[in-house]
Amino acid sequence: MLEVTDLACLKGDRLLFRGLALRLAPGAMLRVAGPNGVGKTSLLRLLTGLTEPEAGTVSWCGVPLRRERENFHRALFYLGHAAALNDMLSALENLRFACAAAGDEEVDEAACVRALERIGLGAQLDLPARVLSQGQRRRVGLARLFLASARPLWVLDEPFTALDVHAVADLAGTLGAHCAAGGMVVLTTHQEAPFAQPPDVLDVGRYAC
Amino acid sequence: MLSAFLAVLRRDLLLAWRGRADLLVTLAFFVVVVCLFPFGVGAETNQLRAIAPGVLWVAALLASLLALHRLFAQDHADGTLEQLLLSSEPAVLWVLAKICAFWLTTGLPLVLAAPALALLFDIEEGALPVLTLSLALGTPILALLGAVGAALTLGVRGGGMLLALLVLPLYVPVLIFGAGAVEAWLGGSGAAAHLLLLGGGLAGALALAPWACAAALRIAME
Repeated sequence: MLEVTDLACLKGDRLLFRGLALRLAPGAMLRVAGPNGVGKTSLLRLLTGLTEPEAGTVSWCGVPLRRERENFHRALFYLGHAAALNDMLSALENLRFACAAAGDEEVDEAACVRALERIGLGAQLDLPARVLSQGQRRRVGLARLFLASARPLWVLDEPFTALDVHAVADLAGTLGAHCAAGGMVVLTTHQEAPFAQPPDVLDVGRYAC
Repeated sequence: MLSAFLAVLRRDLLLAWRGRADLLVTLAFFVVVVCLFPFGVGAETNQLRAIAPGVLWVAALLASLLALHRLFAQDHADGTLEQLLLSSEPAVLWVLAKICAFWLTTGLPLVLAAPALALLFDIEEGALPVLTLSLALGTPILALLGAVGAALTLGVRGGGMLLALLVLPLYVPVLIFGAGAVEAWLGGSGAAAHLLLLGGGLAGALALAPWACAAALRIAME
């Protein structure tokens, strides 16, 4: 369970938001909303432990992140703005590296191939990432979702960007299924996605300074 | 535990191979700088013999500095660094893997090319193993210290110049003992003391630099 109390975020010398609190129980999906520049991405980065909050705490299963880093990162899947793809490696090589680097030792090449085929990149396995379109690059990053079902907490920054209508519907279904199985999802999006159950909404603008 | 180390090492070596033109530039820079000195100071044999260890060491130091800014820049730009920092494996391991790959692709070629270049300066043949050994012990220290500098200047505007200013003073002891080893051997007092000090420096850098580097990378994410 992810719990956030009295969180404040400083960017440069500007206070983005303060007093933000949230609680995410297993099975919950949370959509972080608000206009551009309000601090949605900054909030997600705070939730993952990539950055330290100016004030307040983020805790995982009741323990503050700072003391729980390794266990927490084993339970977390984060997809940032950047797709984390190297242009000189193929889609398959990128995905295999992402899994190995994250510590998913049990993921083998066959599983990576299946994940890429499932997300619709079966024909692009061996193409270098630099020739893929924006939507296809996004899909390579999202293919890790199929290999990360053992990780309960998914934090996704604009996962629907650059995807076509079918892919958006598929992804919404995958996220819904993850929550139905007891997982947790935090995402930001400006798009309307066809979720079976509408997610809770947290408006960061309410806590803006 | 080792999976992240091996994955990063394998990937960085593969990337180095696919972008091998960049590596040749480092090596060519080393060769060109070394070859410039005889033109500058004249082809007097005794003089060339005397300056050879210093010239080779300074050139190796500058060449390894040249490639240093590439160490984390690409991973920082494309988001890979974020994902690595979120790995459940300890950051020290994959940082060490990146430094290892960096040394294998930029430091090792310099070590191998140095004896051939030393012949241009008519160094005594017996001194060549000492030169090679001093570079083999010294260039990994340069890579380890440089990696800390590269991590600290990550994402800073004009980071390349700042990196040189930050790292070059730290390279001075390595240069003194590295070039000194060859000179001591030529002077007849034996190179053991210098080489042992370099070895000690390498052990110390190996133990401390990856931690410092990992901490600097976390700061760069803020």
